[in-house]
Amino acid sequence: MFIGSRVFRVDGFEKCMGITKYIDDYFVDAYTVKTIRSPKPHIKIKGIKLKYTTGLIKLITSKDLKGKYWKFVLSDYPFLATHKARFIGEAIALIVADTEYNAQKIVDSAVIEYEELPGVFDPVEAMKSKIKIYGKDNIFTKYRIKKGRGFIEDDVVVEGVFKTGYQVHMYMEPMGMIATYENSILTVYGSMQCPFYVLDAVCQITGLPKSRVRILQTPTGGGFGGKEDMPSLVAAHVAIASYLTGRPCKLIYDREEDFISMSKRHPSYIEIKYSATKEGRIKSAYVKYILNAGAYSTLSPIVLWRGTVHAAGPYEIENVFIESYAVATNTVPCGAFRGFGQPQVNFANESLIDDLADKLGIDPFELREKNILKKNSLTHTGQLLNDSCGMPDVLRRIKKDYIEAKKRKEKGLIDGYGIACNFYGVSLGARGRYLDKAYAKVSIQNDGSVNVFIGNTEIGQGAKTVIAQIAATSLGCPVEVINVNDVDTSAILDSGPTVASRTTLMSGNAVIDACKKLKKTLDKTGSKNYFEKIKKAYEMKLKLEEIGFYNSPPTSFDFEGEGQGDAYVVYSYTANLAEIKIDRDLGTVKVVRFTSAHDFGSVINPSLAEGQIEGGISQAIGYALYENLVVENGKIMNPTFTDYVLQVSTQVPEIKTYFVPRRYSHGPFGAKGLAESPIITPAASIRNAIKNATGILLYKLPMLPEDIVQNDY
Amino acid sequence: MIIDFKLNGKKYRMDVDESMTLIDFLRKKMGLTGTKLSCGEGECGSCTVIVNNKPVVSCLMMAVKIDKKEVITVEGINDKKLFEAFTKNAATQCGFCTPGFVVYAYWMKKNKIRKNIEVELSGNICRCTGYTKIIDAVKEYIGNKGS
Repeated sequence: MFIGSRVFRVDGFEKCMGITKYIDDYFVDAYTVKTIRSPKPHIKIKGIKLKYTTGLIKLITSKDLKGKYWKFVLSDYPFLATHKARFIGEAIALIVADTEYNAQKIVDSAVIEYEELPGVFDPVEAMKSKIKIYGKDNIFTKYRIKKGRGFIEDDVVVEGVFKTGYQVHMYMEPMGMIATYENSILTVYGSMQCPFYVLDAVCQITGLPKSRVRILQTPTGGGFGGKEDMPSLVAAHVAIASYLTGRPCKLIYDREEDFISMSKRHPSYIEIKYSATKEGRIKSAYVKYILNAGAYSTLSPIVLWRGTVHAAGPYEIENVFIESYAVATNTVPCGAFRGFGQPQVNFANESLIDDLADKLGIDPFELREKNILKKNSLTHTGQLLNDSCGMPDVLRRIKKDYIEAKKRKEKGLIDGYGIACNFYGVSLGARGRYLDKAYAKVSIQNDGSVNVFIGNTEIGQGAKTVIAQIAATSLGCPVEVINVNDVDTSAILDSGPTVASRTTLMSGNAVIDACKKLKKTLDKTGSKNYFEKIKKAYEMKLKLEEIGFYNSPPTSFDFEGEGQGDAYVVYSYTANLAEIKIDRDLGTVKVVRFTSAHDFGSVINPSLAEGQIEGGISQAIGYALYENLVVENGKIMNPTFTDYVLQVSTQVPEIKTYFVPRRYSHGPFGAKGLAESPIITPAASIRNAIKNATGILLYKLPMLPEDIVQNDY
Repeated sequence: MIIDFKLNGKKYRMDVDESMTLIDFLRKKMGLTGTKLSCGEGECGSCTVIVNNKPVVSCLMMAVKIDKKEVITVEGINDKKLFEAFTKNAATQCGFCTPGFVVYAYWMKKNKIRKNIEVELSGNICRCTGYTKIIDAVKEYIGNKGS
């Protein structure tokens, strides 16, 4: 009924009017919490002295915490540094003060007494360094995939070493939380993607049982992965402050501390090789993928895994060998960022595939068509793609545009064009198989209005609208009567994180499950009209509140052996084409047109889906051409909006989007997931377009004007 | 310092701390939280308000500077067509930058600025949308579907 329709955002009007309340818009009578941070990348802490103490309520150090370590994927990250700090900006202590003014003065007056230790900043060096940050070899996690005979030589071999830089989320709303401890219930309100991760962390730091802690997500001003892992730390800090003082506490990050201490997209070092027959059949691939994880692991083991199982690209390749490492260094911890380990390695594989085409003398489009994954192909983890697989279809969809781009170049209207493509495993897959489930609660009020409680969050991607469309369609009621509540962990059980493009799929299916039960109940009334049904159902005292549940199908991936098996339940697919103009003297690249085709399964709301595609492309263009975080010996040199350059409205290309939906049999109305696939591959298509325009081969991100100009002289 | 000013059509006389920025004054003293603090250094435009018919970033202006002036914030804009244009074009996602764009678009229309929309909007940063839909919304609102 409402599936595939351009329903307006349910929260759109309020956001435009400025009446949506974000966490810093709540002015409560609360203490201010601020963080004392490490000034150096690697230190032994001797003590802290506060020179200004007016208004100081409490100084909190690791000694005051019930649980000292954040137990997440690994348990290496202390909530507050114990005896050592391992990166600039690491939280060493918290201060609780009566006013914001005093809190800032106290933090500014804090003197940390320390002994400086030598640091290691490069992941390749760290693997063999005597300086130890984690374990024996500074490796948080490693993976290995071997398919067939591994890497084997053939007629043609291409290889490359690629390096990619950091990317900062730059969510417009900085991190922030408010906590209250009243009537034996500790409540934390704040900006976050994953309330159940936050719940875990708050219970760990305080020792409270989950039934006495409530996490309430407030409207969240952008996440992009940045509010997946890190809010756990911020919430734990404000929660312990409130728990220990018994008063409401507020902790809002300023932009610079958000910049230096919160997670980033991992920089990477990638060695990659392909071999192929002279006819253009890819025979084997080798990838060595190293991530600079920073001082603590956060989500690096999972980010690395997603990158690893997608590393050889969306092609049928018989023989594959992949090794990958997430390595500790004395730099800011890196974690989740939209695309989650795929954009880095996709940049490498899609660049090198293009170079392979050149070496073979085959058109890059044709080489891809020849080798692309299709229905019933095996991926490089040996997964049979027997459900929705639109990879060849999305590639074919942009063929006409590719031919037109060629003509535009001949006419001198553009300087170059390039293509690239990717697949994207939807939801958590085998590495998150124990987390991959979702609950929903749907309650119909006696006026016919409906409360939907889900465990995934609205972070701007449009979850509330899409879920309302799914609920209304399933119940047979207008969208306007549905209210999708902000997540409250005391109202719904752990439904996993709001990540991995999984909300439509997981929460959508859980909502359908609950609505089906309600629909059955409503049918007992014998009425036709929705509101008459509700009236009658109330008179008949029928049950009008139901719990829905969805459990992800099993995945067979083998972590112990050769890294073979089903990695994800299903994949989304994207192919795109970048057309550029380039100024050879200045080295500046302008993307003038961007065409992309996507198979996300059925599209629930085309307007919101386009929004995700356009936003993803914009962030990816930034990643490719503008966003350059400079880090020297562990110190971030440009932690501001002024010095870390983002794309603005004058740099927007003409964007053309095609939906090529291939229904997923387990998806809600056939949907898969879509927020991340669009960000993965634009960087490679821009790189290939620069090559097409100039012949310059670039092996790094970002691709700055100086990289192009230096290549010319 | 005691200042006189007009805010969203209403006249005020208030004693204002001379070290306070306009955004802090609007948010903390006047309770107008629609104006958002994001970068805090005048780069992102999330805190855009109109002072004497000029768009300004309120994080870089001191509150006392509005003495004898007229200020309009997003709360003072009651233009259904504007909100509709943004909602219809899916021009808002997380919504944090949206009031800044809304205020700027309102100022453009009021001053009949219809050209170079992309350049006009380049002082406002949006991390979600990629701008295309915002540009569409603003074009529709100010009555310039072409260009």
